[in-house]
Amino acid sequence: MEEARAAFLAVDGDASYISGGQSLVPALAMRLQAPAVLVDLSGIADLRGVELQGETLRIGALTRHADALTHPLIARHAPLLNAAAPFVAHPAIRNRGTLGGSVSLADPASEFPAMMLAMGAQMEIFGEDGFRRVPADDYFIDLYQTALEPGDILTALYVPSVGPHHRWAFDELARRRGDYAMVGAGILAHMDGALVESARIALFSVGSTPVRAPGAEAALAGRLLDAKTIADAQRALDDDLDPPDDEHIPAAMRRHLARVLLGRLLQRLGETP
Amino acid sequence: MSASPMSDFLPVTLTVNGTAVSRMVAPRTTLADFVRTDLQLTGTHTGCEMGACGACLVLMNGEPVHSCLVFAIQADGAAIETVEGLTERGAIEDLQRAFHERNALQCGFCTPGMLVTGHAILEKGGLPDREHIRDALSGNYCRCTGYEAIVDAIERALREREGCA
Amino acid sequence: MNAPVHGSTAFDRPAHVGRGMSRPNAKRLLAGKGNYVTDLALPRMLHAAFVRSPHAHARIGAIDVEAARAAPGVRLVATGEDIAKLCTPWTGTLDHFKGMKSAPQLPLPVDKVVWSGQAVVAVVADSRAEAEDAAELVMIDYEELPVLADLDTALAPDAPKVTEDFADNLCFRSALDSGGVDAVFASAAHVVEADFLFGRHTGVPLEPRAIIADYDASEHRLTVHHATQTPFQFQDLYSRHYGIPEARVRVVAPDVGGSFGVKLHVYNEDMAVVGLSILCRRPVKFVADRLEAFVSDIHARDHRVHARAAVAADGTLLAMDVEDETGIGAFSTYPRTSVVEGNQVIRLIGAPYRLEGYRAGLKVVFQNKVQTSQYRAVGHPIACAVTEHLVDEAARVTGLDPLEIRAKNVIPDTAYPCASLSGYKFEKLSHEACLTKLRALMDYERLRTEQAELRARGILRGIGIATFVEITNPTPAFYGIGGARISAQDGAVLAVTPSGEVRCQISVTEQGQGTETIVGQVIADHLGVPRDIIRVMTGDTAVTPHGGATWACRGAGIGGETALQAARKLKTNVLSLAAGILQAKPADLDLVNAEVVDRDGTVRMSLAEVARIAYFRSDTLPDGAEAQLTVAHHFAPKGYPFAFTNGIHGCHVEVDAETGLVKILKHFVVEDCGRIINPLLVEEQVRGGVVQGLGAAFFEECLYDQGGQLTNGSLADYLVPMSCEMPDILIDHVETPTLDTELGAKGCGEAGTAAASAAALNAVNDALGPLGARLTQVPMTPARILKALGRF
Repeated sequence: MEEARAAFLAVDGDASYISGGQSLVPALAMRLQAPAVLVDLSGIADLRGVELQGETLRIGALTRHADALTHPLIARHAPLLNAAAPFVAHPAIRNRGTLGGSVSLADPASEFPAMMLAMGAQMEIFGEDGFRRVPADDYFIDLYQTALEPGDILTALYVPSVGPHHRWAFDELARRRGDYAMVGAGILAHMDGALVESARIALFSVGSTPVRAPGAEAALAGRLLDAKTIADAQRALDDDLDPPDDEHIPAAMRRHLARVLLGRLLQRLGETP
Repeated sequence: MSASPMSDFLPVTLTVNGTAVSRMVAPRTTLADFVRTDLQLTGTHTGCEMGACGACLVLMNGEPVHSCLVFAIQADGAAIETVEGLTERGAIEDLQRAFHERNALQCGFCTPGMLVTGHAILEKGGLPDREHIRDALSGNYCRCTGYEAIVDAIERALREREGCA
Repeated sequence: MNAPVHGSTAFDRPAHVGRGMSRPNAKRLLAGKGNYVTDLALPRMLHAAFVRSPHAHARIGAIDVEAARAAPGVRLVATGEDIAKLCTPWTGTLDHFKGMKSAPQLPLPVDKVVWSGQAVVAVVADSRAEAEDAAELVMIDYEELPVLADLDTALAPDAPKVTEDFADNLCFRSALDSGGVDAVFASAAHVVEADFLFGRHTGVPLEPRAIIADYDASEHRLTVHHATQTPFQFQDLYSRHYGIPEARVRVVAPDVGGSFGVKLHVYNEDMAVVGLSILCRRPVKFVADRLEAFVSDIHARDHRVHARAAVAADGTLLAMDVEDETGIGAFSTYPRTSVVEGNQVIRLIGAPYRLEGYRAGLKVVFQNKVQTSQYRAVGHPIACAVTEHLVDEAARVTGLDPLEIRAKNVIPDTAYPCASLSGYKFEKLSHEACLTKLRALMDYERLRTEQAELRARGILRGIGIATFVEITNPTPAFYGIGGARISAQDGAVLAVTPSGEVRCQISVTEQGQGTETIVGQVIADHLGVPRDIIRVMTGDTAVTPHGGATWACRGAGIGGETALQAARKLKTNVLSLAAGILQAKPADLDLVNAEVVDRDGTVRMSLAEVARIAYFRSDTLPDGAEAQLTVAHHFAPKGYPFAFTNGIHGCHVEVDAETGLVKILKHFVVEDCGRIINPLLVEEQVRGGVVQGLGAAFFEECLYDQGGQLTNGSLADYLVPMSCEMPDILIDHVETPTLDTELGAKGCGEAGTAAASAAALNAVNDALGPLGARLTQVPMTPARILKALGRF
């Protein structure tokens, strides 16, 4: 890892790390990026593996998207990743793309970065001062901008394991299967029967970063998950969002879709035992 | 770990269709360009060079990947199989027959990618319904057929392999 | 209808025509052994890349190519001036479109750029990557000019001009008027009307445009390997514009990875590549990458239509009155022009129906975008959507069911021959029969019952119907009459080989439709041999006679008839020779299953034996016996200017009114393409066509900003239909052969695209109508659906 950092820094940052390459290679092919050096991380053993460490699941950064779909530990302990995985691009992309790569790139329209927020995950980063961990809430800074400094390597994702009182729901609204969503969201709630004790809600494709919805979360906390609560959360969501306005998906439409999606996910949350 | 200045040529050793191959390649050479140009395996096509169309799918260590999204040097040590290899070892004979009889191809440019995805579906086994087959094909673009014939052909090959044709 | 030949007609034993047979040439493609231009590498081949304009409209200033010339691997950097010395300009006008205008074009521009993405400078290098590296080093000064990015800007009285020499930005205008239209509208019980928008979209064949030009200075000979539908058209164009005698120009179109109309137009880069090869004296290859394809392939549609219909109280359609405006880009495309689509829109609207009055106006408008031109189903989807939406509106205001109002108004099956008020002549169509079949195919009543039940539970389903006519088998009335050197005839050379097999070299071409397969089927029946001994060769000007090739749904109808007549001719020769050998009368012999038989079916000798004697033992032939086992034959359609086909689509959708997403549940087509040579291939043509129509209905649109920049020009951003969103498609047929040919086949390749988007539009409106929403714009994006519903 030191060697990789050194190689990266040796060219004054005119370098890119590459793991699965499923986002980087097209950017290079279209000549949107032209780094002098590519540093391949795929051989670093420390970046691999999925293991349970007490109440936390450590997911190595090189874990493939496809593993999120099939790995039993992920399915058991980080079910939101499992639920999101089928929506991530297409099967062949998922065979190569890595979770660490996706979270490093931090595309605001991607599923996995937003799920880091919903799950309250921590990013383990190897940098100048060795390893550090950054909570998801502090990790996403701006468009494609994260707590990663030049040369930093995202090494692992630490996800709190879900317990028996957790419920979760994920969905997205996309025009075609595998497309970037118009709006997507994941919810992880701690519930006692129909009572929501607390909930973390994260949305994607609604801003320049994955977005948490503290207003909607507050509207749920301590309430029974009924129609009125859902409506209140949908209303509160409006203040949580500041979506971009473009000709094809106006901001008002994203707000509307986010409301609809949140309503449907909460409905689903209430229906699952 | 390897750091690759984009200008120099680097050695790569891999297995392609069962044959060991060693070459010097530019780091920016994609696996797609490598198999098509260096190895003259032109069955693998490039339709978008950004992982959207699926025409360039090959098997990398048994799994479908976009060869346009993998640098040749990343395939160092890997086993690659292209449509030519699958054909020559008879691995997709039933699938090819089903495609042919159902006319599940027209211009044929997407077909190698479709066959690689179809092969992966067949290898997974079981009898997925049409919705699942369509989902598995969601990364493969075909402009000619409208997809239905392709779904039919894969469905038929699945049924034949499961012995319920 | 077929005169008996030698005792029995081939249709008495249709062993091949009418049967669903898979394509022999598809096996190669399935093995990854396709031979696409993209895959082809010639010795000492160089690669071209192009520097493209970042501006939609700008004057070209100084061009600095020195750094590019010095870059590794670079063999040539050529500007517009360099290639203009070799190639004469072209102008995309045709004489029969009176008053149309378009500026002359060169391979690369010399004074200004007129769309963003236009190729300006060519770089030729040892590899594509090196050419692209060097292209990034070319520095071009531009002086930006005002950009005309939409119809209104271009049509404004004080608008800047795309071409300064022209008085305005109008390429062409046209009008049709049957007379009396105002009076019909004034007295009609109902008038329904709508404003329509049809998005710009493009063909997106999976193999992008690809060309290798190989100029041999020693013989002043040019060979072009070109992924095209129309090799002879390009042979003629390369010859004339580069001054190389036609016989020294060879165009080879091997396997072509999809075309749909995209690959039969002249592209600047393709013309430039020929010049680059002449300058380099080496083969030069250019393959557009996908991003280049989006900004340089022709686009299509981009129409704005205002239309209204006069309707009687009982639901009888009385008259239609339409205005079509279409933005075509900065030039009219060469050599087929960019006005054909608009011309067909105004002539096809209302065409399935009896009308008392019809009036239409057309404006074809220049703007700073890439050119539009002929893409699958030229004009049909627009005409169909306009007509069929108005018919649904007429049904709504008169309280009729959509199928009922169509049954009431289509031209009756007994009324032929007849003509549309726009001047199209119909030999015989089958709207009523198709409608009846569609009702059964859809199980229409059940779908309506189910729709009502689900609506009560808040589920919004819609059923859309669209009737269409389609132009196929064009005669010279299409292009030849306007002065274009685009052939309406086709030619075949058909031979019995020394082994008694059959080789057919025919000018129609194959892009996967199954052209070679159906030509083989026709020959098999009409010559009297098994299909598998026939080898059909296409796509090479050095191999086949001159012909129009494949466009406008002519391959089966015209190519098939060419093959039929050639087969008849060859059979006559075979039987005449066999009669000489057998001391029999030709009229007493027939050729069946590659064997010469007599009247009672007794085998007299094999075709192989006839061939052996003809080729190797002519000394044993009786005096006067002619061993002519190769025939050449040409066929040009006569009679009706076009063989119109018809059909009807049904589309079944479920609309999520909260998200604007539409699930297409099923699509239904009943079509009548005349004699069906191969139902398997016809149905796959229809399915593929339907999906392109559904793409237009829901997904596909080239989006531009006000600066004339295409904002979604990649396969991630431009949404093509993918497998998950597309439905299964049920198809049925009515067969009304044209009597203009013996084969009786018409075209089917555009029938799917012609009406699918109209049916989808009507289906979505059928679902949303009760909520008061109405869409008249395609694609029907979630944003547009939610907007229509007032959800944001």
